[in-house]
Amino acid sequence: MLEEITLTVNGQSVRMPPGATVAAAIATASAFCRRSVSGEARTVLCGMGICFECRAEIDGRPHQRSCQIVCSPGMRVSTKGQTR
Amino acid sequence: MRTTEKQFEVLVVGGGPAGLAAASSAAEHGVRVGLIDDNPALGGQIWRKGIAGTYPEAENWIRKLRSAEVEILCGARVFDHPSPNLLLAETQDHLLELRYRKLVLATGARERFLPFPGWTLPNAMGAGGLQALVKSGYSIAGKKVLLAGTGPLLLAVAAYLRTHGAEIVMICEQASFWQLTKFGVSLLKYRDKIAQGKTLRKDLAGVPFVTSSWPVAAEGNEVLKAVLISRRSKIEKIACDFLACGFHLVPNTELAALLGCRLRQGFVEVDQVQRTSREGIFCAGEPTGIGGVELSVVEGQIAGHAAAGHEDLASSFFAIRQKLRKFADALDRTFALRPELRKLAVEETIICRCEDVTHGRLKLHTSWRAAKLQTRCGMGPCQGRVCGPQTEFLFGWPPDSVRPPIFPARVESVGAPLRDVEPEYCEMRGEQ
Repeated sequence: MLEEITLTVNGQSVRMPPGATVAAAIATASAFCRRSVSGEARTVLCGMGICFECRAEIDGRPHQRSCQIVCSPGMRVSTKGQTR
Repeated sequence: MRTTEKQFEVLVVGGGPAGLAAASSAAEHGVRVGLIDDNPALGGQIWRKGIAGTYPEAENWIRKLRSAEVEILCGARVFDHPSPNLLLAETQDHLLELRYRKLVLATGARERFLPFPGWTLPNAMGAGGLQALVKSGYSIAGKKVLLAGTGPLLLAVAAYLRTHGAEIVMICEQASFWQLTKFGVSLLKYRDKIAQGKTLRKDLAGVPFVTSSWPVAAEGNEVLKAVLISRRSKIEKIACDFLACGFHLVPNTELAALLGCRLRQGFVEVDQVQRTSREGIFCAGEPTGIGGVELSVVEGQIAGHAAAGHEDLASSFFAIRQKLRKFADALDRTFALRPELRKLAVEETIICRCEDVTHGRLKLHTSWRAAKLQTRCGMGPCQGRVCGPQTEFLFGWPPDSVRPPIFPARVESVGAPLRDVEPEYCEMRGEQ
């Protein structure tokens, strides 16, 4: 088994297997991905880069589709503190 | 941002079964082939490489591609076609100018989602979406999952989730038992499908599978807690952690439409050798008709050989394609959506998730175009990919024409002088 990757989601440390996506890390941290324009909490719908519900800020870049991005060590993911 | 220009004899868009087969088949003829896909790894959705394992068939194709020196561009998304024989694509840091002589579109399909009260709650997801999340590192062990929708994909996902420790509380199939029985009999002609069915039955032993059943509402405060399902004309409430829905598939035809390929009843029209109505552009797999992985591979091989100028080799696949297409037709008939599903959304149910446009606001309009202009439905970053198929099903609105960029792209990539607008907003702009 390869070594796990440690990254942070809203400041909380999360360990993920190598190759895991940021969307999986956000779900593991029990966080939401975003608030909709009317304020609803949202998480991944399609898991394949189509629906844009999994958008999050990754290493300072806003609106990244977290289901299409693989976790890397030390990555900082922010969903503006939206946590269950 | 750096710009990189690349030239190919044959360029394949999409790295799922059809695209892998097409790129590999074209490369057999010694021409320079490129394969571009927006996911971080090849395989598409059905052969998505999991953190726990890969698909041997996908690995075989990928090995062939590597030994034939096919150039693989992963994590790159095509967003525009500014001039003939040129596509623009974007990676995290690069703009790619991809020039080609022949193009094969293997853009696959996405799930069809249907709106009902609560379908936007966190943990109410696509069936394929939940499977993808688990394949990409989320632990589903010990979670209660209810699957609802239609078609064999639901069973495949349920079996996958169960082997990864999920508790499958129920599988709700909207088709009737009678439809499924007829379909089961028709399967007897396909030996592979019988074998697949037997494996699924073993993997799902003991899981409640109910027919003529569908979700009517999802409940929970900021996260899913329970699902109300309709079953034998009664409503039952079932507690669960995840709702995984899949109401069959919708073809990804946006790029084909942008390129001017003729569509018929929502699918890309192709000839014997998978050639579209546009010179030098071929199409294979789900965009030409939802038919599953085996048919996609066969169509990909035909398109790959033909794009490399070897139609003679393509013809050896015609008989098997014919047989697999008949199977696809049987799927379509069996899992056709029942009209009751059009009535699930209520006044406040959100249809367009990007712009939070409700059913109540949409029903005042008479066309997709009018609804877009008045409500912003379909104008968010997904550009109508989720709500478009829904409004078509709910209101009978045919989709509108496609305009570039077909996916939100960075301002620098699009090249539009949008300096007065905040960068974040520009990144998110859809069609305006």
